[in-house]
Amino acid sequence: MDLLLDVRCLSVSFGGVRAVNSLDLEIRKGEIVGLIGPNGAGKTTAFNAVTGRIRPSSGAIFFCGAEITGWPSPRIARNGIARTFQNIKLYEDLSVIENVMIAAHSSISYSFLEAIFGFGRFSADESRIRSRAEELLKLMNLKELAFERASSLPYGSQRKLEIARALALEPKLLLLDEPVAGMNPTETREFGGFLLRLRDNLSIGVGLIDHDMSFVMEVCDKIRVIDHGIPIAWGTPFEIRNDNKVIAAYLGTDFGGQPVDYATN
Amino acid sequence: MDYSFALQQLVYGLTVGCLYGLLAIGYTMVYGVLRLINFAHGDLLMVSAYAGFFGIVIFQIPWPVSFAGAIILTALLGILIDRGAYKPIRKSPRINALITAIGVSFLLENLGLVIIGGRPKSFPMPDVFAGSILLGAVNIPALSIWILVITLVLLAVCLVVVRKTRIGMAMRALSRDMETVMLMGVDKDRVISFTFALGSALAAAGGIMWCMKYPAVEPFMGVIPGLKAFVAAVLGGIGNVTGAALGGLILGLAEVLIVAIEPDWSGYRDAVAFFLMIIILLTRPTGIMGEQLPD
Amino acid sequence: MNKTKVSRDKSLTIFSVLLLLAFIFYAERNFNHYTIRILENIAIFITLAVSYNLINGIMGQFSLAPNAFLAIGAYTSAIFTLSPEEKLRSFIIEPMIWPLSVLSLPFAVSLLLAGLVTALVAFFMAAPVFRVRGDYLAIVTLGFGEVIQVLANNLISLTNGSLGLKGLHPYTNLWWAWGVCIFTIFCTVRLINSSYGRAMKAVREDEIAAEAMGINAFRVKTLAFTFSAFFQGVAGGLLAHLITTISPSLFTFMFTFNLLIIIVIGGLGSTTGSVIAAILITWGGEALRVFEEPSNFLGFNYKGVPGMRMVLFSLILILVMLFARSGIMGRAEFSWESLFRWFRRKLPC
Repeated sequence: MDLLLDVRCLSVSFGGVRAVNSLDLEIRKGEIVGLIGPNGAGKTTAFNAVTGRIRPSSGAIFFCGAEITGWPSPRIARNGIARTFQNIKLYEDLSVIENVMIAAHSSISYSFLEAIFGFGRFSADESRIRSRAEELLKLMNLKELAFERASSLPYGSQRKLEIARALALEPKLLLLDEPVAGMNPTETREFGGFLLRLRDNLSIGVGLIDHDMSFVMEVCDKIRVIDHGIPIAWGTPFEIRNDNKVIAAYLGTDFGGQPVDYATN
Repeated sequence: MDYSFALQQLVYGLTVGCLYGLLAIGYTMVYGVLRLINFAHGDLLMVSAYAGFFGIVIFQIPWPVSFAGAIILTALLGILIDRGAYKPIRKSPRINALITAIGVSFLLENLGLVIIGGRPKSFPMPDVFAGSILLGAVNIPALSIWILVITLVLLAVCLVVVRKTRIGMAMRALSRDMETVMLMGVDKDRVISFTFALGSALAAAGGIMWCMKYPAVEPFMGVIPGLKAFVAAVLGGIGNVTGAALGGLILGLAEVLIVAIEPDWSGYRDAVAFFLMIIILLTRPTGIMGEQLPD
Repeated sequence: MNKTKVSRDKSLTIFSVLLLLAFIFYAERNFNHYTIRILENIAIFITLAVSYNLINGIMGQFSLAPNAFLAIGAYTSAIFTLSPEEKLRSFIIEPMIWPLSVLSLPFAVSLLLAGLVTALVAFFMAAPVFRVRGDYLAIVTLGFGEVIQVLANNLISLTNGSLGLKGLHPYTNLWWAWGVCIFTIFCTVRLINSSYGRAMKAVREDEIAAEAMGINAFRVKTLAFTFSAFFQGVAGGLLAHLITTISPSLFTFMFTFNLLIIIVIGGLGSTTGSVIAAILITWGGEALRVFEEPSNFLGFNYKGVPGMRMVLFSLILILVMLFARSGIMGRAEFSWESLFRWFRRKLPC
């Protein structure tokens, strides 16, 4: 069973407007799948529906073979889908390491009484969570910043911290919403390499939304393109690059990293 | 239940309901514009009651002038409260604004206690409002008719202001989306001041009528009506003027009804509002006439 | 932090608690009745403020329910400690319901029951209360306080209605008050420093992100609400047996307002701040009593104005909100390490 996420015919409506319309999406273990489309295409809405933040109006979502449609978001998260947010949602006033440790809350086995009186599994669990958080911070090169306030971090580090936090959930599937937005080309390249290592070492599935086309083309195994909520293409980066419908949807935009001036064609 | 008894209760319920409604409109307008529960709103009722009382009893001013003066004073106080206490913290978290609002409410109540004292004063009723009409076995106080008529007139005025005037449209726009309004060049603070003035004036009018119905004027008299008016606003759908009036009526009728059905429950009258609110929040959090607001 | 520092801090904490106990021992023998009463009040208010701060400060949910919890705790413990004879004597409108009418339990048991009953009520309240957020939560919890007062007035065979319960034995002394206070601080701090506390802070900082990380916000809120209600219930029991007469009008919103001032001045979210502000406000409130009582100052006859203290307190609250929002401590907490660092800065040697 390699199939992690299987979204079938997913639709989401807001007051009559279909933000997502009959979306199919599959993500397998060890695979990075891109979800791209022009602004307002419904990409983030699709992520929100998969992670249970909003209720889909129709369609079904399967994760590891079980249907999770309509589950509350904490339950979906505990089942192994972690995410990051387009507009970074850190626990701003808490320290970097606390941000990561919080994501391990669902893995603790001690009760609040054990926490108060310090017996039972409390100490063992706490040191496990702490060392795991330290490990993840090291992985993301944030170890030195462990005791800084999350909001005091530079933008790029905040994005990294969000990923560290998501990984602390020990997910099977990681959904990244514009992870390289605001990074410079060098950082983006580094991050691409990191993502590929993550996929291979942890063998998790990754879903990815981004507007940086060269980045998406480089790291993704498969890409789903949507426009105005409607899926218009599905395939490998090579197939997508040469798809007429995709080119039409992106008319006039900087597609594929090269300056393409469609207007003069 | 006797037919005329039921009608009699209906008259009582409508009267109280109108008063809740008047207060609720002010609550709902301020909440719509600022997303702030103006805890001090109920206390404005007390301020206007004292102003009216002092005008008539102490300064011997004719009642129409006293009442008008009380309403204007209360409206000005509403603007002052906004400028002094709420404006400086518009950008900070909601919890801070809420705490400030509670502080303002306590300040008004205890200033009342310090300046005027805690002993209830009896509010004078001008002759126009006294007397009653007997319809069959149903006794309709003139005051009830006045309250109903004045409430309907004020509600109509509010609706016209909110729907037809420029400033009313700006108010509605503000309650939808602050940022866009600022971009459009509307003077936000003027609109907010106007909202406070209008809401406070309604509370003042309600306060004066409240005092004629329940003639004891004291510093904490606004607390319970204020809370209930907020509940009425929630019932009707917060931010919706007609809904607030409707919520007030429903609450007034429910309170009277519960006592009419089972006189032993009269002690629970003040709890009715909160049970209603919990039910509505659990079943239809946006209220009867409220629309879904994006978060 | 290394092991030696942990054990150093632990011994310092135990030492300070012993020091506090020694002070209580001394105070009990040497201080006058009035001062002892203030010290007892301080302990009860610390208990209340620390547990209230858990909801409003640590978890960021704006509850206005403490007066309700205090009332439930006070009534529960009073009902269990009153002697059957006293119950028979004071329930003149309606007799008290059996078996409560013949029951009389030790103070400690009644305190525990006060906490448990209050926690149970809070647990069942959590479901409707936490369906709503922010301002609505404030009004629902405020309404809950009003409902509890209405119930206290009307469930006459349980509460004796507006006459209240009289003749409680004054069990509460310095030891009880401070014992409960220290225990509350201990439990609350331990909870905050565990994964449960971090989850509460996560809910405060960003509920959506907390839920996306697998935290069931509703469960966390229910836990905090119930936990906090337990200690407020116990504090209610202490208060009842300190003033020995309770009635529904005692547990108005005024109580919640005082606690709100304390946690705001201390700094929302700081347990240390709550403790400091509870001491300041309780003491200060006593000191300010002179404004409300008649006095003769340098030949001037001052009549005393009731309400003056609340005017001052409301002004302080508004001014703190406008100009010093983070209060005394912000969200910072006391630690021995920071104390040492402070000393080192002050006394460079």
